[in-house]
Amino acid sequence: MKIVVAIKRVIDYSVKVRVKSDQSNVDLANVKMALNPFCEIAVEEAVRLKEAGKATEIVVVTIGPKAAQDQIRAAMAMGADRGIWVETVDTELDALTVAKLLAKVVQNEQPQLVLLGKQAIDSDNNQTGQMLAALLDYPQATFASKVVIEGNEAVVTREIDGGLQTLGLTLPAIVTTDLRLNEPRYVKLPDIMKAKKKTLDATTPEALGVSLQKSIKLLKVEAPAERQGGIKVESVDALIDCLKNKARVI
Amino acid sequence: MTYLANSQDAEFVLRHVVQFDALCERAGLDEVNTDLAASILEEAGKFATEVLAPLNRFGDQNPPTLGEKGVQETAGFKEIYQSFAEAGWLSLGAAEEFGGQALPNVIGTAVNEIWQAANMSYALCPMLSQGAMESIGHHASHELQSIYLPRLASGGWTGTMNLTEPDAGSDLAAVKTKAVPQGDHYLISGQKIFITWGDHQMTENIVHLVLARLPDAPAGVKGISLFIVPKYVVNADGSLGARNAAHCLSLEHKMGIHASPTCVMLFDNAVGYLIGEANKGLPYMFTMMNHARQAVGLQGLSISERAYQLARQYAKDRLQGTRRDGSRIPIIEHADVRRMLMIMKSGIEAMRALAFVAAAEVDRARYESDSDKAAFHAARVELYTPIVKGWLTELSQELTYLGVQIHGGMGYIEETGAAQHYRDARILTIYEGTTGIQAADLVGRKTLADQGQGLGLLLAEMAELDASAYPNFAPALAAGQAAREFILSHAASDPQLAGSASVNLMMLMGYLCGGWLLIKGAQAAQNQLAQGEGDPEYLKAKVITAQFYHDHLLLRALSHLAAIKAGSAAIMALAEDQF
Repeated sequence: MKIVVAIKRVIDYSVKVRVKSDQSNVDLANVKMALNPFCEIAVEEAVRLKEAGKATEIVVVTIGPKAAQDQIRAAMAMGADRGIWVETVDTELDALTVAKLLAKVVQNEQPQLVLLGKQAIDSDNNQTGQMLAALLDYPQATFASKVVIEGNEAVVTREIDGGLQTLGLTLPAIVTTDLRLNEPRYVKLPDIMKAKKKTLDATTPEALGVSLQKSIKLLKVEAPAERQGGIKVESVDALIDCLKNKARVI
Repeated sequence: MTYLANSQDAEFVLRHVVQFDALCERAGLDEVNTDLAASILEEAGKFATEVLAPLNRFGDQNPPTLGEKGVQETAGFKEIYQSFAEAGWLSLGAAEEFGGQALPNVIGTAVNEIWQAANMSYALCPMLSQGAMESIGHHASHELQSIYLPRLASGGWTGTMNLTEPDAGSDLAAVKTKAVPQGDHYLISGQKIFITWGDHQMTENIVHLVLARLPDAPAGVKGISLFIVPKYVVNADGSLGARNAAHCLSLEHKMGIHASPTCVMLFDNAVGYLIGEANKGLPYMFTMMNHARQAVGLQGLSISERAYQLARQYAKDRLQGTRRDGSRIPIIEHADVRRMLMIMKSGIEAMRALAFVAAAEVDRARYESDSDKAAFHAARVELYTPIVKGWLTELSQELTYLGVQIHGGMGYIEETGAAQHYRDARILTIYEGTTGIQAADLVGRKTLADQGQGLGLLLAEMAELDASAYPNFAPALAAGQAAREFILSHAASDPQLAGSASVNLMMLMGYLCGGWLLIKGAQAAQNQLAQGEGDPEYLKAKVITAQFYHDHLLLRALSHLAAIKAGSAAIMALAEDQF
């Protein structure tokens, strides 16, 4: 079984995000970038499926500027076999454009399973996997917390409001990964060395026949309002009064 | 606060100051380059931030204890050691034959900076394993190598260095521990002190390297041999046998590096194996000493970087003073706080440049096929080593002091963590040869012994730098040249001169090397900016940081020269009972 994993380069989760002074976007200058944590979980799941003998090849694909190759190499060090880099200058592609590019890659690669993070921590869209499933007309299971491959079927446990739902998907299928699916490994030094020797193919939106149209315009980015300091109250009655009338939470 | 590895500056120094790609090309290392180094640093940084750094504070407050089973390390350290070993980090520099990655020393140095900054007490353990691998790899028989090296490289076992005794500290000639031949091995008896990570429960075995004397050995340094003494005796097939008579008697209570167990070790007819030839222990120790001393110098960089990150965050968060509109001012806006942060930042960048350049000289010597050139680089390693160990660790005292100072009263309170870095740094100028020993090495073995030739070549190389935009560089360089000449011409007539001038020479050379390499870095950054390459914010900061160092730190070289030229008179003039 071949697995394609789509990954995204995003601002590192540990970085304190700043907004540009003109509010045009988040300030990414001189900021540490990393593999999106949800994508990392997707790569980890693919590697575990391969280690369990369920998968034979893992192909990671990313879309972005040259620096995004770093994230492909990181995924290869985790255990992916091969990389595809779709070169774009723009790092703010619409989710639909990304899904169209990925659909072309999936059509070329013909995997049985496509894994994506459920969302990227930069723009939190949570759309690409769903759009990709629609474009390819594949079955989909989002927010996966457990993935089991049984013959020609993927049995996926999903985290939904109020509990867990288990779906059986006929392969090929799309699965997007949630936080509790697994805990990604720390990369081993010998695997970093091996990753450098793995194949990384470059392609372009033109070669894939996808035009980079924009249907969404970013108008403004604002930092969240600063937290106000707390107040002290004299008595329990005053506290209840404040909760009722000031904070209006009870 | 956690620690984030400064991989951006490390990568810049490797690429533009060390010229690592050229080094790899000349060495014929096809698959190694700065890009590979950058990916390794990235993953090491992640591991350090998420696994090692969180236990740094806890280890400070919960030091190891001694019980019936021996030393019990801080809770959680066994787990971090095991994931560290599983990730293959111990194998970085080891030979491929023994399961290693055989990566260049300078990559190991860049990675070690990260471990030491994240958790210095912990990182001492793998650092000592590296030292043990170095000694065994260079001098032990192939038979001993094939037993011990794969297990040290995999992290299955750890290593220690047992040199110091109660009466033999800086003076190793006084070593008393005995080794008596017994069939195919030796029986080792004696007491060793200050043995870092001398015992713990993290691995199934510990490999002690022990300096001891054979019964017929000549007196002094020419009668010392080096032995492997395992905690558990190793059978011929590599399996573990009986518990060896090598035990931790007690643990020291220390000012810093609390989580690193410092053991008094008792060897009581313990089974040991001779490394190499008898009576060559001290020369063997010297081959690993360059590595060990540079590694401790590097700790000075690491602890300063850690202290800087904490101080920088505090300076941004701490509000003191009010603007006219009533808004509060973070202390980073105050010029004097800036001054302290800039001393830290520029000092750290100078340290990093020098530590990496010195580490790369080890590689240049090792991989060079032309024997004259290899000898040149080997001599450069010898020259740099006491400067790296001495100057970096001395400067780290000032930088971790400033880390506390920026915190004000909160820095003196343990809660912020600034004090831990200051306490942890304090050992660095002492162990692995005190500052005085480093300076004596620089002025004696590295300067007077070759009539100043190696030092002269380094100064001549510095003179090739076009530093016209940095007017303080020429006087600092001239100070280096004048110090060299003064010591060479006066050492014979004044037997106390070398000892009186040595620390000043070491510090002078440290500030000068730092300035030289920072200016080189700034020039590379300016080139990149002119060509529109790289991250402009980082590069501009690099240029400004070098400018600050040039304006504020480089001229310290001149006061060190003045002290050298003052000679030994006032130093030696008082009678002993006037003290």
